[in-house]
Amino acid sequence: MHTSLFITCYNDTLYPETGRAVVCLLERLGVEVQFQPKQTCCGQMHANTGFRGEAFSQAKRFVRLYQDADTVVIPSSSCVAMMRDQYPGLIEELGNDELRKQYEALMPRVFELSEFLIDKLGVEDVGAYFPHRVAYHASCHGVRALHLGERPYRLLAKVRGLEVAPLANVDRCCGFGGTFSVKNAEVSSAMLAVKLQDVIATGAEYCTALDNSCLMHLGGAMHRQYAGMKTIHLAQILASTEEAPAEVTL
Amino acid sequence: MSLSAASHAELDPRLAAPFPKAVLPVLRNPQLRKNVAHAIDVIQAKRGKLVAEKRDWQELRTAASAIRAHALENLGAYLEQFEERCTAAGGTVHWAADAEEARKIILDLLRQQQATEVIKIKTMTSAEIQLNPCLQAAGVDVFETDLAEIILQLGDLEPSHIVVPALHVNRSQVREIFARRMGLKNLSDDPKELTNAARAFLRQKFLSIPTAISGANFLIAETGSVAVVESEGNGRMCLTLPRTMITLAGIEKVLPRFQDMEVMLQLLARSATGERMNPYTSLWTGVTEGDGPQSFHVVLLDNGRSSILGKEKQRQTLKCIRCAACMNTCPVYRQTGGHAYGSVYPGPIGAILTPQLMQMKHAQSLPFASSLCGACYEVCPVKINIPEVLLELRSQVVDQERKQAGRIFDPMYLGLRIANLIFAGAWRFHAAQWFGRMGLKLWTRKDGWIHSLPGVGGKWTQTRDLRGLPDQTFHQWWAKRAAQSRQEGK
Repeated sequence: MHTSLFITCYNDTLYPETGRAVVCLLERLGVEVQFQPKQTCCGQMHANTGFRGEAFSQAKRFVRLYQDADTVVIPSSSCVAMMRDQYPGLIEELGNDELRKQYEALMPRVFELSEFLIDKLGVEDVGAYFPHRVAYHASCHGVRALHLGERPYRLLAKVRGLEVAPLANVDRCCGFGGTFSVKNAEVSSAMLAVKLQDVIATGAEYCTALDNSCLMHLGGAMHRQYAGMKTIHLAQILASTEEAPAEVTL
Repeated sequence: MSLSAASHAELDPRLAAPFPKAVLPVLRNPQLRKNVAHAIDVIQAKRGKLVAEKRDWQELRTAASAIRAHALENLGAYLEQFEERCTAAGGTVHWAADAEEARKIILDLLRQQQATEVIKIKTMTSAEIQLNPCLQAAGVDVFETDLAEIILQLGDLEPSHIVVPALHVNRSQVREIFARRMGLKNLSDDPKELTNAARAFLRQKFLSIPTAISGANFLIAETGSVAVVESEGNGRMCLTLPRTMITLAGIEKVLPRFQDMEVMLQLLARSATGERMNPYTSLWTGVTEGDGPQSFHVVLLDNGRSSILGKEKQRQTLKCIRCAACMNTCPVYRQTGGHAYGSVYPGPIGAILTPQLMQMKHAQSLPFASSLCGACYEVCPVKINIPEVLLELRSQVVDQERKQAGRIFDPMYLGLRIANLIFAGAWRFHAAQWFGRMGLKLWTRKDGWIHSLPGVGGKWTQTRDLRGLPDQTFHQWWAKRAAQSRQEGK
């Protein structure tokens, strides 16, 4: 099987280790990973900040770049949610019928990482080893837009050595919200403080999620507060084995 | 004791401070935040249990959404039907285009009755048109009868929620207000004792004041009836004892058929207060001889609603049945309470309703007062896709900004315009990554983290660190690996 990795702009720039982990994991599972070098951004930041025209140009770019891909895998639930929930409105507004057809043909082949593993590949046990106590943060877009449900927990349950630490108010927003974290920095920080209390109360060593954007927010506060906990994308846990432990930077 | 005593100006969207500024005193007020979080956590937990026991909850939501959407799509016809049936039953229907006209109609009616005092059932619509200050100025004493509204009125406070307007006040604060304003020095903060004090205070008003003002939860076109749901019985008293009854209702409150109440009432109480059924549901149709008010008026208020109705993407805002489940579940509201929204309609629904009622001329910061977490849409009993409307309004605000001359001095605006050019091509994106990495190196400490950034970035680093940018992007790693494997292949 082939799949094309859409790494997303911020993972490419800020979290390349997540991309490396996705490649390592999928190749281990026998999937041939391709990478479209012209890729940039899905347009979520622009769409969510009210720059619809700009978001449209990125939506168009994404659909055109990937229309021939067998499948597309994306290790970011909010970017997938952008494509599923916002692209149709953007495309309709501009009345581009050809693009709409291309979009509709492409979208059934676009998967968030945990969807790709469970729904497309049909695997839960990916042969991972990660001997740590881990709290899973169910990010808003993963829960309420993609309805990922039990998928991440099913994957975590099969990781040898891993203990899942139950997180209270698991689906409450961490307060990131893209440009919200800067435009309403104080409210965002207040939400973060509350979320962090729940995360730290788990006594976990790592907090994981399927969105590095939430983890950047939580991890940034953990680092600031010397909280003694780290963040790690779920892909990196799933890529981790006895022979090649997860790349945990810093 | 620090209650944020919002002045009238603070809940007037035309005068209120923008949301990011208005939240600051609230965020530093531990008592207020504790009161708000506690109150909504209790309601949400009750709601969660009762929703879980309804196996047809999603079907009910779908039905309610369809009923409300249908009513709005045919609003003109249903309003005319309501007017006709209500009038036939002995009521009088008035039409008010805006707040000023509604206030004038109500004041004229009170003058005809030579009323100097009036009792009120909680109505957010009257707060929307700032009715109380207008009546007071005209020499009419207004007495709120809902327990929460009495607390606010006696404490000179503003509502911070649409169902439980005094949720930001705790019982020791209520005790202080009642003791001071009712002259009850020895009052304790026992809820029963506080309620009894309010009861004694109110009973005398119910029995002596012959004129009442109410809002409406629903107007029923088929029968010309008005419905009010409430918990305390004060509404029932106001609706039955006085001689004259004036009901103020937004034009969007219409339901086509009496039977639609079956769906609405199952959803409303569970969503609003976490109860299977609200304690008092009052329904009345016009005037009944020898029973209840003998003079009955309905004031139908537009005040910006029909302009929302005309916009397809935004129309769903008017499906709202004012249950407040969206604010009870909202992680932003949980931190800020209602006053920061600068409107009588706070929370997620307020963030979309208020700027639209203001024709997008005021309250432009509200559509941005959300992390777009989607919790509001998930709980909304009439399926208003609040995040979708927030995004639509955000784009309208940005379109306003595009026309402003000083926009290029706004770092956020400029940054997003430049980012769009960067994302239009891979080489530009990769160049920007390189410049970004080089630039951020100046602020990256030896531990590899950025602790402080200038400008807009400082908004991030005021409470969070940022990991410095790695030396190698993912696409660089990929290209290098591909080159290596090609070499090995040879």
